[in-house]
Formats: sequence, structure tokens, C-alpha cells
Amino acid sequence: MNKENNNYRDDRFAIANKEALIGIGLVLFNFIWWISFAYGLGGNDVSTYTYILGLPAWFFYSCVLSVIMMPLLVWIAVKLFFVDVALDDEEFEEE
Amino acid sequence: MNFEATIWLFGTVLLIFIIGLTASRTKITNNSFMEDYYLGGRSLGGFVLAMTMTATYGSASSFIGGPGVAYNQGLGWVLLAVSQVATGYFTLMVLGKKFAIVTKKNKAITMVDFLKERYQSKWVVLLSSFSIVVFLFSAMAAQWIGGGRLIESLTGLSYRSALFIFVITVLIYVTVGGFRAVTLTDSIQGSIMFVGTLILLIAIIISGGGVSNIITELQAENPNLITPFGAEGTLTPSYVSSFWVLVGVGVVALPQIAVRAMSYKSSKSFHRALIIGTIVVGVIMLCMHLIGVFSRVIIPGVEVGDRVMPLVALEVLPPWLAGVVLAAPLAAIMSTVDSLLLLVSSTIVKDIYINYINPDATRKKIQLISMGITGLLGVIVFLMAVNPPDLIIWLNLFAIGGLESAFLWSIVMGLYWKKGNKYGAIASMIVGISSYILFQSFYPQPLGMHAVVTSIILSLIAYVTFSLWKKDPALRSEGSLRV
Repeated sequence: MNKENNNYRDDRFAIANKEALIGIGLVLFNFIWWISFAYGLGGNDVSTYTYILGLPAWFFYSCVLSVIMMPLLVWIAVKLFFVDVALDDEEFEEE
Repeated sequence: MNFEATIWLFGTVLLIFIIGLTASRTKITNNSFMEDYYLGGRSLGGFVLAMTMTATYGSASSFIGGPGVAYNQGLGWVLLAVSQVATGYFTLMVLGKKFAIVTKKNKAITMVDFLKERYQSKWVVLLSSFSIVVFLFSAMAAQWIGGGRLIESLTGLSYRSALFIFVITVLIYVTVGGFRAVTLTDSIQGSIMFVGTLILLIAIIISGGGVSNIITELQAENPNLITPFGAEGTLTPSYVSSFWVLVGVGVVALPQIAVRAMSYKSSKSFHRALIIGTIVVGVIMLCMHLIGVFSRVIIPGVEVGDRVMPLVALEVLPPWLAGVVLAAPLAAIMSTVDSLLLLVSSTIVKDIYINYINPDATRKKIQLISMGITGLLGVIVFLMAVNPPDLIIWLNLFAIGGLESAFLWSIVMGLYWKKGNKYGAIASMIVGISSYILFQSFYPQPLGMHAVVTSIILSLIAYVTFSLWKKDPALRSEGSLRV
């Protein structure tokens, strides 16, 4: 029984919970970025479109730029906030 | 039939498989046969993990169906497809280290194992095994058909012979190789997909006279093609946004993805996989669907969307290169099929046979049954795919949505909410699956969104209500569930 209670207090889980929240934060940011440019810029009349690298500006920001930006943000998040933990737990198994 | 392209296509696929098999043979661990055959001994590195997630997820629907729809709908469909960049990081981050630690601790090998340990309920196990078998069967049939179609349009063989060739290859490979062979070939396939997609996109842009020129021609043909609203203006913001749930965040609940999130070696490989996975998924999804849209200018008037990819590759690339590049979607389809096949067979063997029929089976016997079931399943799916329905992409999306409605909350809440219990899990599965099937049949787009969104919301309500309302006595002490 003691063992199970220990598992709940496992420090690694506090880290994992934080990292999961970062994931949710990133996806919300990604979604807001995506939808604002897509429908904010793309919702206008086609004749008023501006173009970047030949692509409509809404598409460039919403799709191309987010595909470039998200890996960078993930990289930053991983480097700054993600912690190395052992996935094995021999110490628990031996109790 | 294009002889040169065909030779290169099959040559590449053969080479990939030989490498996978050789590599899987040289690495023998001390783990049990089950862990080895189904999980590759939990030893995936970062690159392999990212690639196997991508290759499993990027399937017939994204490589054959997706560009076909983009061809007809224009940039609006690319917009929808890039929601999948979220799967690159979100799935792994949310299941995260907690899932890997918990499943390792409990020696869980399948997603159902995890649910079984977490909820300690026979009904949860049976319900989830049932959903996996039913929905993955339709997903598998979709992939089988996609593979058949691709070989058919490239070689000029009849659909049945093409399908037959495809199935034999896959069956031999999976039966002999198991999970490690599959994940190893996944990384080669993933790399070919990544590079192949880029090459094809560049070749198309050159052949179309530059991006500006292509966009201008699209606009001249139908201005809607370059808006976010689709060729007919039918892609509404709420419909397109709901794909963030279906093919973005909901992917957490797909058993074939979840099983990979428990098979990596260390935190380091997990971190690397996050970064590599996001890049690879993002680039492949964006480029692959852009290829579909741009192809409209290169090869106008293609009627069967599923044939756009092979046709445009043959059009803009030298035949040998077209063969190699097309080996990527074919390989993607194969690896998806491989994983689904393994998953269904592990569900039947491990979650049902060993749990409830014969818990004391010997290693030898389990091995025989695992391979036998895998082979048998392949034959059944082949019989299903002989007379294919027309639209594989919808068959696949149906299956994905069904699995998400069934599993999302049992996994996520099971991982992060202590009070979630078996009553909640059972209720959420029943509500999720039945509401999804009802919505799909009678009211496919509630509130203008894909049916999966409403079903997921309903199943969340069911999960929370039943967990709070009916207390599970085993839960009081925070005992029994070793989460």
C-alpha cells in the first residue's frame, strides 16, 4: 500500500504534469495564430490579397510560418523547461 | 505502365525491408517475447521514435487521399491539413514522461494494458478491445485499399493483383519482423517521405513556372482556390477548426500512437523526438498538400483524386526518381498497415487471450498464436478490401474519430485525474462510441463541426459525472491503481 502512495508523490510526475501543460499552452498558441491569420487576412476579398513569396499572405503566415515557427518554439520549450528524468524505477521495484 | 518507375519503386521498398529485417535480427534483448515483438523492447531512440510516429500517423489518407482533396479544394484544404503539425508535439507532450513511467512500472505493453491497470475492470478491457478491433479494422481496410490503388495506378496491373502483391509483402514482413522491424523501417520510410516530398514540391514549382505563376493561374481558374474557404466556399471556419480535434489533439487517443509513446528509451530520446517530430510532420503535411493544390496547374482535369500524387510524380520527375519518391507514400501505407495489424493482433492475443482465456500460455505458444493471428487478420482484411468503397479518406477519418471518442478521456483523465474511475471510463466509452456512430449516421456535422467534437464533449461529461457519482471502493485509498 505504501508503495502505491509513494508512486503518487513521485517527483517525476510533477515534472511530467508541468510538461503536459506546456504542450497544451503551445497548442493553444498554435491554434490562435493559425486561425487569426487564416480568417483575419484570408477572409477579405481575393482582389485585396497581398502576396509573400508568391503565396497569399494569409496562407504564408497561417500555414508556412507556423510550420517553421512551431518547431522553434518546441525546441525552446524543451531546452528551457523540460527536465531529464530516469524512466526506469528499479528503486521502486526492489522495495 | 511505366516500367522504369515500377522497378525503382519496388526496388526501394524491398531495400527498406531488407534493412529493417537485418537490423531487427542483430539486436536481441533479454526482454520477454511480448515486449520485444510488440514494443521493440522499449528501446527506441529519439530519431526512430519521431519517424515511427510520423510514418504511422501519415498514412494512406494523408499521402494519397489528402493531396487528392487538396487538388479539388485548393489552399483551404492545406489550411485544414496543417492542423496536424500539432500531433508532432502535442501527443508526446501530453502523454509525456508520465505515460512512459507508468506503463514501464506496470509492464504495460498495449494501451489496453494501461487501461486495465488503471481501472482494474474487466469491462473496461473488453470494451476497449472491442473498439480497437472494430475501428482499426476499418482503418486498416482503408490503408490496404490505398496501397492497392497506388500500385495499380503506377504499374497498370489490375486492382486485385496490385492488392494481392501489396498484402503478401506486408504479411511476410509483419509476421516475421514484429514491432522492432516495423519501427526501424519506419525511420527509413519517414526519411524518404521527408526528402521525397520536398523534391516533388520543388519539381512541381519549377515545372509550373514558379509559385507566383501557379497562384495566378489558380486564381484565374477559380478565385476560391486561393481562399481559406475551399473551391465551393463550403469549408467554414468551424468545420476546418474542428479538425484540430480530429487530426490534431485527439490523436493522443489513437492506440497505434499511444503504444509508441511508451516505447522510447530515455528522456533524451523523448526530447529529441519532440523536436524532430514537429519538424517532420509539419513539413510533410504542408508540402504534401501543397503538391496536391499545385498539381492542378500541372495536370488539370484528373477525375480520381487518389491518382493525383502518382500521376504528377510521373509527370514532373524522371521515371527512376518518381519511383523512389512514390516509394515514400507506399512505404507510409505499409508501415501504417504493419502497425495496425500488430496492434489488433496484440489486442486479441494479449488483452483477451492471455487475460481471460489462457493466462498460463508458454512463450512458444504465445509466439505461435501471435504470428498466426497476425496472418489470419491480414487475410480477413484482404477479403474486405477486394471490393473497395470509393473514398478511402473518409473511411480512415471515421475510424480515427471513433477511436478518439472512445479513448481520449479514459487515457488522459486516467493519467492526470486521480478521481477518475472505472465507472467514468466505461460511461465515457459507451457514450463516446454510440454518440459518434449516431451523429455520423444522422447528423454528421453538429454545429457545423466534425461529429468527433460533440462526441468527445459528451464523453467528457459522462466520464466526470460517473466518476464523481459512483465511487469506486478500490480508489479510496489511492490504492490498486498504480498511477
